[in-house]
Amino acid sequence: LTALPWPARAVEPTADQLIVAFTGGVTPAGTGVTLDLPEVAENGFSVPVSLAAPGATEILLLAPENPWPQLARFRFGPLSGRQAVSTRIRLARTQEVIALARLADGNLARTSTWVEVIVGGCGA
Amino acid sequence: MASNVTPRLRLPKTAAKGEVIEIRTLISHPMESGLRKDAQGRTIPRGIINRLVVTFNDQPVIDVDLGPGISANPYFAFHAMVPGAGEFLFSWFDDDGSVYEERRQIEVT
Repeated sequence: LTALPWPARAVEPTADQLIVAFTGGVTPAGTGVTLDLPEVAENGFSVPVSLAAPGATEILLLAPENPWPQLARFRFGPLSGRQAVSTRIRLARTQEVIALARLADGNLARTSTWVEVIVGGCGA
Repeated sequence: MASNVTPRLRLPKTAAKGEVIEIRTLISHPMESGLRKDAQGRTIPRGIINRLVVTFNDQPVIDVDLGPGISANPYFAFHAMVPGAGEFLFSWFDDDGSVYEERRQIEVT
Protein backbone atom coordinates (compact mmCIF):
# COMPACT_ATOMS: atom_id res chain seq x y z
CA LEU A 1 0.00 0.00 0.00
CA THR A 2 2.94 2.33 -0.35
CA ALA A 3 1.64 4.84 -2.85
CA LEU A 4 3.95 6.55 -5.28
CA PRO A 5 4.48 10.25 -4.67
CA TRP A 6 1.66 12.00 -6.48
CA PRO A 7 3.67 13.59 -9.35
CA ALA A 8 5.07 10.16 -10.23
CA ARG A 9 1.61 8.91 -11.14
CA ALA A 10 1.62 9.98 -14.75
CA VAL A 11 -1.63 8.34 -15.77
CA GLU A 12 -4.59 7.57 -13.55
CA PRO A 13 -6.21 4.21 -14.21
CA THR A 14 -9.60 4.39 -15.88
CA ALA A 15 -12.71 2.91 -14.29
CA ASP A 16 -12.48 -0.04 -16.70
CA GLN A 17 -8.89 -0.73 -15.64
CA LEU A 18 -9.84 -0.49 -11.98
CA ILE A 19 -12.72 -2.91 -12.53
CA VAL A 20 -10.47 -5.45 -14.26
CA ALA A 21 -7.89 -5.11 -11.49
CA PHE A 22 -10.58 -5.80 -8.90
CA THR A 23 -12.39 -8.62 -10.70
CA GLY A 24 -9.49 -10.24 -12.53
CA GLY A 25 -11.64 -9.92 -15.64
CA VAL A 26 -14.45 -12.04 -14.21
CA THR A 27 -17.92 -10.63 -14.84
CA PRO A 28 -19.67 -10.16 -11.48
CA ALA A 29 -22.25 -12.90 -11.23
CA GLY A 30 -24.98 -11.24 -9.33
CA THR A 31 -26.46 -9.17 -6.66
CA GLY A 32 -25.19 -8.85 -3.13
CA VAL A 33 -24.20 -5.23 -3.02
CA THR A 34 -26.48 -2.23 -2.66
CA LEU A 35 -25.67 1.39 -3.41
CA ASP A 36 -27.85 4.19 -2.11
CA LEU A 37 -27.41 7.62 -3.69
CA PRO A 38 -29.75 10.54 -4.41
CA GLU A 39 -31.16 10.53 -7.97
CA VAL A 40 -30.37 14.22 -8.18
CA ALA A 41 -27.39 15.81 -6.46
CA GLU A 42 -27.69 19.58 -6.20
CA ASN A 43 -24.11 19.92 -5.04
CA GLY A 44 -21.50 17.64 -6.58
CA PHE A 45 -18.99 18.56 -3.90
CA SER A 46 -20.76 16.50 -1.26
CA VAL A 47 -23.10 13.68 -2.24
CA PRO A 48 -24.15 11.24 0.49
CA VAL A 49 -23.69 7.57 -0.36
CA SER A 50 -24.44 4.37 1.53
CA LEU A 51 -23.12 0.94 0.59
CA ALA A 52 -23.89 -2.50 1.92
CA ALA A 53 -22.73 -5.97 0.95
CA PRO A 54 -23.49 -8.53 3.68
CA GLY A 55 -20.52 -10.80 4.29
CA ALA A 56 -18.31 -9.00 1.80
CA THR A 57 -14.57 -8.74 2.34
CA GLU A 58 -14.21 -5.61 0.24
CA ILE A 59 -16.11 -3.00 -1.78
CA LEU A 60 -14.76 -0.78 -4.56
CA LEU A 61 -16.62 2.48 -5.26
CA LEU A 62 -16.12 4.15 -8.64
CA ALA A 63 -17.21 7.35 -10.40
CA PRO A 64 -16.07 6.70 -14.00
CA GLU A 65 -16.54 10.31 -15.14
CA ASN A 66 -14.47 11.81 -12.31
CA PRO A 67 -10.85 12.84 -12.97
CA TRP A 68 -9.89 10.10 -10.48
CA PRO A 69 -12.49 7.37 -10.86
CA GLN A 70 -11.62 5.44 -7.69
CA LEU A 71 -13.59 7.12 -4.91
CA ALA A 72 -12.75 4.59 -2.21
CA ARG A 73 -11.95 0.97 -1.49
CA PHE A 74 -13.27 -0.56 1.74
CA ARG A 75 -11.77 -3.70 3.29
CA PHE A 76 -13.83 -5.26 6.05
CA GLY A 77 -12.02 -7.02 8.89
CA PRO A 78 -13.27 -9.82 11.13
CA LEU A 79 -14.67 -7.25 13.58
CA SER A 80 -16.51 -5.19 10.97
CA GLY A 81 -19.82 -6.35 12.42
CA ARG A 82 -21.84 -5.33 9.40
CA GLN A 83 -20.44 -4.81 5.92
CA ALA A 84 -22.01 -1.46 5.34
CA VAL A 85 -20.60 2.04 5.21
CA SER A 86 -21.78 5.59 4.56
CA THR A 87 -19.69 8.50 3.35
CA ARG A 88 -19.82 11.64 1.16
CA ILE A 89 -18.36 11.87 -2.32
CA ARG A 90 -17.54 14.40 -5.03
CA LEU A 91 -19.11 13.94 -8.45
CA ALA A 92 -17.66 16.03 -11.27
CA ARG A 93 -20.73 15.59 -13.49
CA THR A 94 -23.83 13.50 -14.09
CA GLN A 95 -22.81 9.86 -14.29
CA GLU A 96 -23.35 6.27 -13.25
CA VAL A 97 -21.69 5.47 -9.90
CA ILE A 98 -20.54 1.85 -9.63
CA ALA A 99 -19.98 -0.42 -6.62
CA LEU A 100 -18.24 -3.79 -6.83
CA ALA A 101 -18.05 -6.20 -3.91
CA ARG A 102 -16.06 -9.34 -3.21
CA LEU A 103 -18.43 -11.56 -1.25
CA ALA A 104 -17.66 -14.06 1.51
CA ASP A 105 -17.72 -16.99 -0.95
CA GLY A 106 -15.34 -15.19 -3.28
CA ASN A 107 -18.02 -14.34 -5.83
CA LEU A 108 -18.31 -10.83 -7.15
CA ALA A 109 -21.30 -8.53 -7.07
CA ARG A 110 -21.91 -5.29 -8.96
CA THR A 111 -24.45 -2.54 -8.86
CA SER A 112 -24.68 0.98 -10.20
CA THR A 113 -26.82 4.09 -9.77
CA TRP A 114 -27.33 6.98 -12.14
CA VAL A 115 -26.89 10.36 -10.43
CA GLU A 116 -27.83 13.65 -12.05
CA VAL A 117 -25.43 16.33 -10.82
CA ILE A 118 -26.64 19.95 -10.96
CA VAL A 119 -23.43 21.71 -9.86
CA GLY A 120 -20.37 19.56 -10.54
CA GLY A 121 -17.84 18.99 -7.81
CA CYS A 122 -15.07 20.58 -9.84
CA GLY A 123 -11.71 19.49 -8.61
CA ALA A 124 -13.11 16.08 -7.78
CA MET B 1 0.05 20.96 4.46
CA ALA B 2 -3.40 20.85 5.92
CA SER B 3 -3.84 22.77 9.17
CA ASN B 4 -6.26 22.29 12.03
CA VAL B 5 -6.79 18.66 11.17
CA THR B 6 -9.13 17.43 13.89
CA PRO B 7 -10.59 13.94 14.14
CA ARG B 8 -14.05 13.55 15.61
CA LEU B 9 -15.60 10.30 16.73
CA ARG B 10 -19.02 9.17 17.85
CA LEU B 11 -19.38 5.71 19.38
CA PRO B 12 -20.83 4.29 22.59
CA LYS B 13 -18.68 3.98 25.72
CA THR B 14 -20.20 0.62 26.61
CA ALA B 15 -21.58 -2.34 24.73
CA ALA B 16 -22.82 -5.84 25.40
CA LYS B 17 -20.33 -8.59 24.61
CA GLY B 18 -20.74 -9.45 20.94
CA GLU B 19 -22.84 -6.38 20.20
CA VAL B 20 -22.57 -4.64 16.83
CA ILE B 21 -22.20 -0.90 17.36
CA GLU B 22 -22.28 2.02 14.96
CA ILE B 23 -19.22 4.25 14.72
CA ARG B 24 -19.18 7.64 13.03
CA THR B 25 -15.94 9.37 12.16
CA LEU B 26 -15.13 12.74 10.69
CA ILE B 27 -11.79 14.45 10.24
CA SER B 28 -11.58 18.11 9.33
CA HIS B 29 -9.37 18.23 6.25
CA PRO B 30 -9.65 20.09 2.91
CA MET B 31 -9.01 16.96 0.77
CA GLU B 32 -7.19 19.13 -1.77
CA SER B 33 -7.69 17.26 -5.04
CA GLY B 34 -4.70 18.66 -6.92
CA LEU B 35 -6.96 20.13 -9.62
CA ARG B 36 -7.79 23.48 -8.09
CA LYS B 37 -5.85 26.65 -8.88
CA ASP B 38 -5.02 29.50 -6.55
CA ALA B 39 -5.68 33.20 -7.26
CA GLN B 40 -2.47 33.39 -9.28
CA GLY B 41 -3.53 30.49 -11.48
CA ARG B 42 -1.05 28.04 -9.97
CA THR B 43 -2.24 24.52 -9.35
CA ILE B 44 -2.66 23.76 -5.66
CA PRO B 45 -0.83 20.47 -5.00
CA ARG B 46 -2.80 17.41 -4.05
CA GLY B 47 -3.06 16.83 -0.29
CA ILE B 48 -5.62 14.35 0.95
CA ILE B 49 -6.26 11.83 3.67
CA ASN B 50 -5.53 8.68 1.67
CA ARG B 51 -6.31 5.96 4.20
CA LEU B 52 -8.32 5.30 7.37
CA VAL B 53 -7.60 2.18 9.41
CA VAL B 54 -9.73 1.12 12.38
CA THR B 55 -8.78 -1.73 14.71
CA PHE B 56 -10.10 -3.07 17.99
CA ASN B 57 -7.47 -4.68 20.24
CA ASP B 58 -5.29 -4.87 17.10
CA GLN B 59 -7.98 -6.80 15.18
CA PRO B 60 -9.06 -5.20 11.87
CA VAL B 61 -12.47 -3.54 11.73
CA ILE B 62 -12.27 -1.56 8.49
CA ASP B 63 -9.51 -0.31 6.21
CA VAL B 64 -10.43 2.41 3.72
CA ASP B 65 -8.41 3.73 0.77
CA LEU B 66 -9.63 7.24 0.02
CA GLY B 67 -9.28 8.96 -3.35
CA PRO B 68 -9.57 12.68 -4.16
CA GLY B 69 -13.26 12.04 -4.87
CA ILE B 70 -14.04 11.77 -1.16
CA SER B 71 -15.53 15.08 0.01
CA ALA B 72 -13.66 17.53 2.23
CA ASN B 73 -13.83 16.64 5.92
CA PRO B 74 -14.04 12.90 5.20
CA TYR B 75 -16.97 11.30 6.99
CA PHE B 76 -17.49 7.58 7.45
CA ALA B 77 -20.17 5.68 9.32
CA PHE B 78 -19.71 1.93 9.74
CA HIS B 79 -20.15 -0.86 12.28
CA ALA B 80 -17.97 -2.89 14.61
CA MET B 81 -18.55 -6.04 16.59
CA VAL B 82 -17.33 -5.72 20.17
CA PRO B 83 -16.02 -9.11 21.32
CA GLY B 84 -15.10 -7.85 24.79
CA ALA B 85 -13.66 -4.88 26.61
CA GLY B 86 -10.83 -3.13 24.84
CA GLU B 87 -9.70 -0.22 22.77
CA PHE B 88 -10.47 1.09 19.31
CA LEU B 89 -7.61 2.68 17.42
CA PHE B 90 -8.43 5.05 14.54
CA SER B 91 -5.56 6.09 12.23
CA TRP B 92 -5.90 8.58 9.39
CA PHE B 93 -2.96 8.80 6.93
CA ASP B 94 -2.26 12.12 5.21
CA ASP B 95 -0.43 12.53 1.87
CA ASP B 96 2.05 14.76 3.70
CA GLY B 97 3.14 11.84 5.88
CA SER B 98 1.19 12.87 8.96
CA VAL B 99 -0.72 10.18 10.84
CA TYR B 100 -3.60 11.27 13.05
CA GLU B 101 -4.52 8.76 15.74
CA GLU B 102 -7.40 8.55 18.19
CA ARG B 103 -8.10 5.85 20.78
CA ARG B 104 -11.37 4.99 22.49
CA GLN B 105 -11.89 2.56 25.32
CA ILE B 106 -15.05 0.52 25.41
CA GLU B 107 -16.42 -1.33 28.41
CA VAL B 108 -18.52 -4.45 28.25
CA THR B 109 -21.71 -4.45 30.29
